[in-house]
Amino acid sequence: MPKRHKSPASAGATTSPFSLALTLVLVLTGFFYMIKNNRATAISAQNTDAPMSLSSSTKPSEKYADRIQQVVSPGGIKAWLVEDHSIPLMAMQFGFKGGAAQDPKGKEGLADFLTAMLDEGAGDIGSKEFQAQLDEYAIRIDFDASRDAFDGNLQTLTRNRDKAVELMSLALNKPRFGKNALERMRGQLLTSLKFAAKDPNKIASRTWFKTAYGDHPYARSVKGSQASIKSITSKDLETYRRNIFAKDTLKIGVVGDITASDLAIILDKIFGDLTEKSDLKTIPEVTKITGPTRKVITMDNPQSVAVFGHQGIKREDKDFIPAYVLNYILGGGGFASRLMTEVREKRGLAYSVYSYLYPLDHGGLFLGGVATKNDALEKSLDVITSELKRLAEKGPSAIELENAKRYLTGSYPLRFDTSSKIASQLLWIQMDDLGLDYIDTRNQNVENVTHQQIKEVAKRLIHPDQLIITIVGNPTDKKS
Amino acid sequence: MNSMTSVANAQQSSEGTSSRVHQFKLGNGLDVLVIPDHRAPVVTHMVWYRVGAADEPHGTSGIAHFLEHLMFKGTDKIASGEFSKIIARNGGQDNAFTSQDATVYHQRVAKDRLPIVMEMEADRMRNLKLAKKEVLTERDVILEERRSRVDNDPSSILSEQMMATLYSSHPYGTPVIGWEHEMAQLSREDALSFYKRFYAPNNAILIVAGDVTPQQVKKLATKIYGPIKREYSVGVRARVKEPAPAAPRRVTLKDPRTGKATFNRLYHAPSYITAEPGEAEALDLMMKILAGGSTSRLYNRLVVDDKIATSVGGWYSGNGRDYGRIGLYAIAAGKNSLTDVETALDKILREFVKKGATAKELERSKNAYIAEYVYGVDSQSTLARRYGWALVVGGSVKDVEEWPKRLEKVTLEDIKRVAKKYLLEKSSVTGLLMPGEKKPKTLTKAEKKQGKRG
Repeated sequence: MPKRHKSPASAGATTSPFSLALTLVLVLTGFFYMIKNNRATAISAQNTDAPMSLSSSTKPSEKYADRIQQVVSPGGIKAWLVEDHSIPLMAMQFGFKGGAAQDPKGKEGLADFLTAMLDEGAGDIGSKEFQAQLDEYAIRIDFDASRDAFDGNLQTLTRNRDKAVELMSLALNKPRFGKNALERMRGQLLTSLKFAAKDPNKIASRTWFKTAYGDHPYARSVKGSQASIKSITSKDLETYRRNIFAKDTLKIGVVGDITASDLAIILDKIFGDLTEKSDLKTIPEVTKITGPTRKVITMDNPQSVAVFGHQGIKREDKDFIPAYVLNYILGGGGFASRLMTEVREKRGLAYSVYSYLYPLDHGGLFLGGVATKNDALEKSLDVITSELKRLAEKGPSAIELENAKRYLTGSYPLRFDTSSKIASQLLWIQMDDLGLDYIDTRNQNVENVTHQQIKEVAKRLIHPDQLIITIVGNPTDKKS
Repeated sequence: MNSMTSVANAQQSSEGTSSRVHQFKLGNGLDVLVIPDHRAPVVTHMVWYRVGAADEPHGTSGIAHFLEHLMFKGTDKIASGEFSKIIARNGGQDNAFTSQDATVYHQRVAKDRLPIVMEMEADRMRNLKLAKKEVLTERDVILEERRSRVDNDPSSILSEQMMATLYSSHPYGTPVIGWEHEMAQLSREDALSFYKRFYAPNNAILIVAGDVTPQQVKKLATKIYGPIKREYSVGVRARVKEPAPAAPRRVTLKDPRTGKATFNRLYHAPSYITAEPGEAEALDLMMKILAGGSTSRLYNRLVVDDKIATSVGGWYSGNGRDYGRIGLYAIAAGKNSLTDVETALDKILREFVKKGATAKELERSKNAYIAEYVYGVDSQSTLARRYGWALVVGGSVKDVEEWPKRLEKVTLEDIKRVAKKYLLEKSSVTGLLMPGEKKPKTLTKAEKKQGKRG
């Protein structure tokens, strides 16, 4: 799974005969979400219904929370389970607090390195054999490290569940970090870094975080550097594993063909031997990022890539939901966002332009990006900046707010249509500590956002005069 | 081996699910497929047109994809630019994509909004209205899209050049996004004439997956899509044939924006729809054995044992209406050159052609694919696409559902036969991507007019 490289020239790699090589498929937009606008038409006018319930049951009063079982194993491991026996599959997602922000200084990329090593041999099973068994039993295991969390994902056919549990348990508790596998993965990570060093999007993003965060752990790349990846040893990996993989921060979401009593047994087998308490370094809070700053990294490309952003808010902030709605209107909503309308639809300046909230555990961010041909990049940035200004000053219109609510509430059930998507929701609701009733109250919380409130949040959140902008390319037009 | 039985059993239950697929045709020729899935109160609605970039008139490359963008403008009922906004106001997500053989529009919505998206999709099947100005602005958007996808990325440039080399005559050699100089000339008239020729009920497949019954969909589709008139002059998909390959070809791109030297290879191969019975299934398994993931032959030899490459992989692409393809790639490890990589890789391929796979390799690759088929049942959009890709090039529901059975039947002999038949030097294009010293050459205006293929 952690084999890093899709071939540059074969992004078309396909594993299923019924999915077309991706190189040949062009998608209208890279983003799925769309929104708003005010003109009612013959067709849309037919519809003003309230957002629907998540449940496919006809009883409108049924709560999704009633379908979530809180399973506690004999060993005290807790998980949220949604049982569904219609397909012989089980999807499990779990996470620990920590992530790349816990990488020691000089060992940046350690958490990411660990994601690549856990399925490269464990217990008595060597790397080749471990991979062979995953393949043979069609078990999907993968791991991911973000700045604040380390998470894992397991999918198995019901009939191969015992094997899947055995392998996942070994991967988490007894990874071998064998010398050959370690050097092989190191080689792949270093190669990956070489590609990233020439990728304008990645350069722009890395430079942004470095500029914004200075010597804070968030400044560092999750993927590390050539020097840091070269310095990482098996001892470093094991130390990180022991510090982070612990019961006190563990959260688990499970969906599919398994009963609560069977799950309880599995939980102990996979997680029962973990240490009780994690050993996490304290990450300083970041309440203010200093801007404005602008950095241009010259690269001989026909199109310049820009990343822009400033301080945002955390997930636990009381304004998070209104801010989320606000960002949807600004640049989170695909075709109909203000940025998409002004930059792409009206002026043809970009294929992709977007903004998003990135609520890190120790300080939130507001971020965005755009890519425009070199002789019009400044024009794109001017349009974006004036849109931010307009939004901060006047806020969105009442109709934009109404349309955003309709999209955000109406599309919520689309996050629950596959087992792994549901498992992912169950995990992150726990990781963010949003509570068991979150799924049932979330749409009401969106509905409750008032026009006055969102105007105030726009003022509080959006600061075009504080933007940090990093540009990679060769912009030739003049900043106005 | 117990894992084998396990996968096969899971497969049986999934077939229970697949057999709920219902297919019918409306009087105007629209094909309809319904895939019920009642686990969540949502539906996926897709319209697949049997037209893609390979159907473009010569000299207007990119028009199929450009039209796909323009389809989001307006009709008499939908104000310009409102299409996606209306979908969004209904809590839906929409998008579209274009390939060489198909153009596909899709929405995901709560089930009670299905009639609305159907009305809108049916409306734009025949009633698209385009203003000249919005066409020109959107043309700038697709030119930016080309810069993002291709011109800013040397590996995409190489990939485009390799395809142009593999297909010397057939339109698969022309990129779906189009050649820049031709894109820059595309007009409103080009778009509308392409639209009129190919967008009609008798050239489309409607797929609805999700929390619906076949009866509901039949009633709705008959009412909403039914009145659209059949178009008797729907464009014929007559495409030129590729000449028999006669010599191996090589493309080398030196570009300072390259991260690390990369080896690439393409081979001509048939697709599922054009192959002799069983051949495409054998090609899929062969490529899984040779180059699929970290248990593959090439990975074990080149990456794990001999440490010549840091990564290696490959694929068989069998979805095409006219042709399929085999692809391989490898990134050199340490001080190894691309020549070292190529020599070692070719040695393994020759050995494979001679001796074929082992029984264990074959069994493992079958398990992996059949499991993937079962995993796909978990997602209604994956399922809808699985059927769509098959149907849009002339395949059938049965082709999709019997795939696991046909896969089971593939023997070691079959693998050896397709290896020998298709891993042929003379039908290959080798592409090398190198971090060259020089600045990439910028095209002059005159060269742009002439076109990059020159």
